[in-house]
Amino acid sequence: MTVGGWQPARVVEAVGATPSARLLHLQVPGWPGNEAGQHVDIRLTAEDGYQAVRSYSIGSYGPGETIELAVDEIPDGEVSPYLVRDVLPGDELEVKGPLGGYFVWRPGGAAPVQLIAGGSGIVPLMAMVRAATDAGAAASVRLLYSVRTPEDAIYRDELERTATDGGVGLTWRYTRAAPDGWTGHVGRVDDDVLRAAVWEPGREPIFFVCGPTGFVEHVADALVGLGYPSARIRTERFGGG
Amino acid sequence: MAVVSRGFGARRRESDPRLPPGQYLTEDFPVLSAGPTPRIDLDQWRFAIRSETGSQVSWTWDEFQALPIEDVDTDIHCVTRWSKLGTSWRGVSLDTLLESVESEAEYAMAHSYGGYTTNIPLDELRDGQAWVAFEFDGEPLDPEHGGPARLLVPHLYFWKSAKWVRGLTLMDDDEPGFWEQNGYNMHGDPWTEERYW
Ligand SMILES: Cc1cc2nc3c(=O)[nH]c(=O)nc-3n(C[C@H](O)[C@H](O)[C@H](O)COP(=O)(O)OP(=O)(O)OC[C@H]3O[C@@H](n4cnc5c(N)ncnc54)[C@H](O)[C@@H]3O)c2cc1C
Repeated sequence: MTVGGWQPARVVEAVGATPSARLLHLQVPGWPGNEAGQHVDIRLTAEDGYQAVRSYSIGSYGPGETIELAVDEIPDGEVSPYLVRDVLPGDELEVKGPLGGYFVWRPGGAAPVQLIAGGSGIVPLMAMVRAATDAGAAASVRLLYSVRTPEDAIYRDELERTATDGGVGLTWRYTRAAPDGWTGHVGRVDDDVLRAAVWEPGREPIFFVCGPTGFVEHVADALVGLGYPSARIRTERFGGG
Repeated sequence: MAVVSRGFGARRRESDPRLPPGQYLTEDFPVLSAGPTPRIDLDQWRFAIRSETGSQVSWTWDEFQALPIEDVDTDIHCVTRWSKLGTSWRGVSLDTLLESVESEAEYAMAHSYGGYTTNIPLDELRDGQAWVAFEFDGEPLDPEHGGPARLLVPHLYFWKSAKWVRGLTLMDDDEPGFWEQNGYNMHGDPWTEERYW
């Protein structure tokens, strides 16, 4: 993997995904394609030359010159409010990537795959869900997705569709408010939730855990406590709480 | 010429000459690592240096605490773009630790509990540039920040400051460690933005 310099990119689509998150499609001329789970660095330059750079996971995978990002707004943030509220189709920015060679899923492994997402941590895992579905491997993939409320779930419709079509096994966890008619508990991911949603230790699953730092720390610790080996737990921490 | 992004810049962060290019200031202490946080008992903890000829020195926690301890005030820079200024640490200088080892090697591989590795030229570890740190801000180092002890090489990107460090292997030739095999630069100087391959 060799990462080149900054490449210009054009926003071709920007649509709301949740009340605080937006899906951005970027066209990157000469984009080499990316594996499921990789990320890009995004660089924004103001009129006077001031620049800021942040990392964003890629929700899409494979060849093609368009990549999909999903950005969740951090209210006091510098970059995410711009990407969620201000940027419009036709606007330009710069990207560097694809980046990251570790938090990636490639088809072909024998072990079942357990994806665990908190909030916008779904983004790289969505690329894995899509890649596994396309590779005919969805049945060996389970996803546990923790969101505050049903409205906060990025990719909700696509995930529900994938799950209904006999694909990826999907478990929702709501931390603040559940949908009408929900009979399960509401609260943070705990040992009981993990025991119910995750492949049992005997199946020796490989884990991809992604989300805000606190979420990832908590889930990874709990998995180790439940007897899953550290070496099979891959994590990506997005920062913040 | 950089592409200008229409309308960007309204919420800019303050810049500071102590920030290397492409970095932004953070007040909290983000956590980044590739897997779960290892928990290591002080009774079990060891720090070992193995030379290129295979000879080894090692310290238990108590032996380590009896070495000369230094206070370190420094800025730290993470490749994921946050920098934290004026952090304070306590630890043992690599100069002290390397005195006990005969070696002609030019490179070191740091090894961690949990399996993490990172490579560093030995020149970057000498002359008051690197420590094995066990206190942050006057408190024992939190496990999530690498406690009980981590490498501290503040003039390089922070992935070189291996958390949960357990030792160094000295090598004649450079070899990539964990992130270096996964796309990060072999050296990692923040001031010249040696981030990726
Ligand atoms: C590898 C990687 C992949 C990422 N992928 C995505 C992605 O797909 N979608 C996405 O929305 N974000 C993603 N992030 C997070 C993203 O890079 C930014 O950190 C985030 O958008 C906030 O940037 P900002 O400039 O708006 O806030 P800043 O101005 O940088 O920060 C404002 C304050 O918010 C805190 N903060 C920063 N990040 C978070 C957070 N995630 N949660 C809570 N508080 C936070 C900071 O510590 C700071 O105090 C990823 C991060 C990494 C390292």
